Amino acid sequence: MPTKKDALQFEGKTNVDTSDESRSELLRQLVAHLRENRTQLRQEWARRITEAKLLTAMSQDEIFAEATTIYDNYVDALQSGTFEALQTYARDLSERIIPRGVETHEVIGIVLLLRDVLARSLFAKYQHDFALLNRILDAYEPAANRIANTVAVSFVQERERTIRQQQEAIRELSTPVLQVRDRLLILPIIGVIDPQRARQLTEQLLRGIRTNRAKLVVIDITGVAAMDSNVANNLVQTVEASRLLGASVIVTGLSPEIAQTLVTIGVDLSKMNTVGDLQGGIEEAERFLGYKVVPVGEAAIEDQRR
Amino acid sequence: MEVPILKQGDYLIATIQAALTDADLLKLHYALVEKVGKQRSKGVIIDVTALDVLDSFATRTLRSLAHMVRLRGATTVICGIQPEVAFTMVQLGLTLEGISTALDLEEGLALLMLSKRREV
Amino acid sequence: MANETFVTIASVSDIITAREHGRNIGKALGFSSTDLTIIATIISEVARNILLYAKTGEMILGPTKNGTREGIIIIAKDKGPGIPDITLAMHDGYSTGKGLGLGLPGVRRLTDEFEIISEVGKGTTVTVRKWVMQNE
Repeated sequence: MPTKKDALQFEGKTNVDTSDESRSELLRQLVAHLRENRTQLRQEWARRITEAKLLTAMSQDEIFAEATTIYDNYVDALQSGTFEALQTYARDLSERIIPRGVETHEVIGIVLLLRDVLARSLFAKYQHDFALLNRILDAYEPAANRIANTVAVSFVQERERTIRQQQEAIRELSTPVLQVRDRLLILPIIGVIDPQRARQLTEQLLRGIRTNRAKLVVIDITGVAAMDSNVANNLVQTVEASRLLGASVIVTGLSPEIAQTLVTIGVDLSKMNTVGDLQGGIEEAERFLGYKVVPVGEAAIEDQRR
Repeated sequence: MEVPILKQGDYLIATIQAALTDADLLKLHYALVEKVGKQRSKGVIIDVTALDVLDSFATRTLRSLAHMVRLRGATTVICGIQPEVAFTMVQLGLTLEGISTALDLEEGLALLMLSKRREV
Repeated sequence: MANETFVTIASVSDIITAREHGRNIGKALGFSSTDLTIIATIISEVARNILLYAKTGEMILGPTKNGTREGIIIIAKDKGPGIPDITLAMHDGYSTGKGLGLGLPGVRRLTDEFEIISEVGKGTTVTVRKWVMQNE
């Protein structure tokens, strides 16, 4: 509850209430208030979070623990007017809760709830003096907005970073260069090929050719979703680059539809060695490398004849 | 820096050691074409492992070199193109069509011997 | 632009010097090894154009920024004869006179940003930017 002293102190400054000095004095006042009522406000906030069904992925205890830290950081940021510490904390927090499936709207939701809980408490405290309440809110609002903004932006940035990392990981996974026999590599391409992925795929294949000393590569495109002239040109470039390293390429899994598309858009496939399916491609590659695959029974008979 | 040309049996081996100026590359071009005739070589291997760039000029020079060597009755193998260099070349639209390529010197020699055996 | 390097292009050995500078700047910026090769090749191509068409010129190499992105800027300037028809010069397969190199279209494919300003009788300036791939 406001004391008379509080009110008097502010009344004396009404004529300069927009100056920085009075604003910082008001902020000091409200920070003191928020500190004094820390336990109660924090509880109120945690209750509202549960009520709004936010942070459902976290337990009550966890919510309360985070709420305490966010609360303290929030008040610190209000007091100091600097947001670096809050930003660091928000980033840490995001890093911890993103893997647990916390969504952007939940984070924004809880920060806005805290803003609301604190604002209501200020209403209650200063309701007897409307002019003073206005000035208090004038001091509170911009800082609270900046805090909400800082936390939301940190979360979104962290989330984007996580997504980028995951995309990178998926890309790595989706372009495996496999050695099936000595000097024979298989590169099954699945999904959509964008320029970035095409580049990564080619770089990985070229490195694979070098480390495995491959002479032959079978690129299987059965799983390629769509083929346009860009994708086709990338494929041609991959084939040409492999050849520069001394490896021949057999392309398999070219569906009639894709072949038709390529002819229509005028992609020159004459330089590409194509075989209907992956099995045929591997057999062709084995022949080229001098392998001969025979069933075990026949091999035994052949041995006996010798 | 001049590129040393080694004679090994029927083959000539030129190993490029460092970044070449255009003049050095042209010198190599003339020297190789001349030696193929003099030594009656069957094949030429140019090892470009040490090159960090193969630009349009270098590619053209290598192509014309291979062409001249073929006119003198021998085969050219370019070996040791680095993955990064190969990637950049195809992006630039540069190819070595009609020229044999190999992973390294060893592979290059194996390739020449194979083509010789096929001819016999 | 701080830390820029100027290289006078007047002979073929200057191409190698410029390439080395480009590689060092690129390495400091954190470019991948493929990108470093691409940068060296871009420099090689534009420097050679200077020698071929203008005899002498200058290259400026240095780091550059655009928001949070970092990259390298490569400028090749000459006071040579200039290019009469840039649209034609940017067509794949076009090359004047000496028939060396695929020239500018290939270079443009290797870069992220490509700009060419040319005036007949006054000279040509090619400006190229390449950004470090983020999330790498």
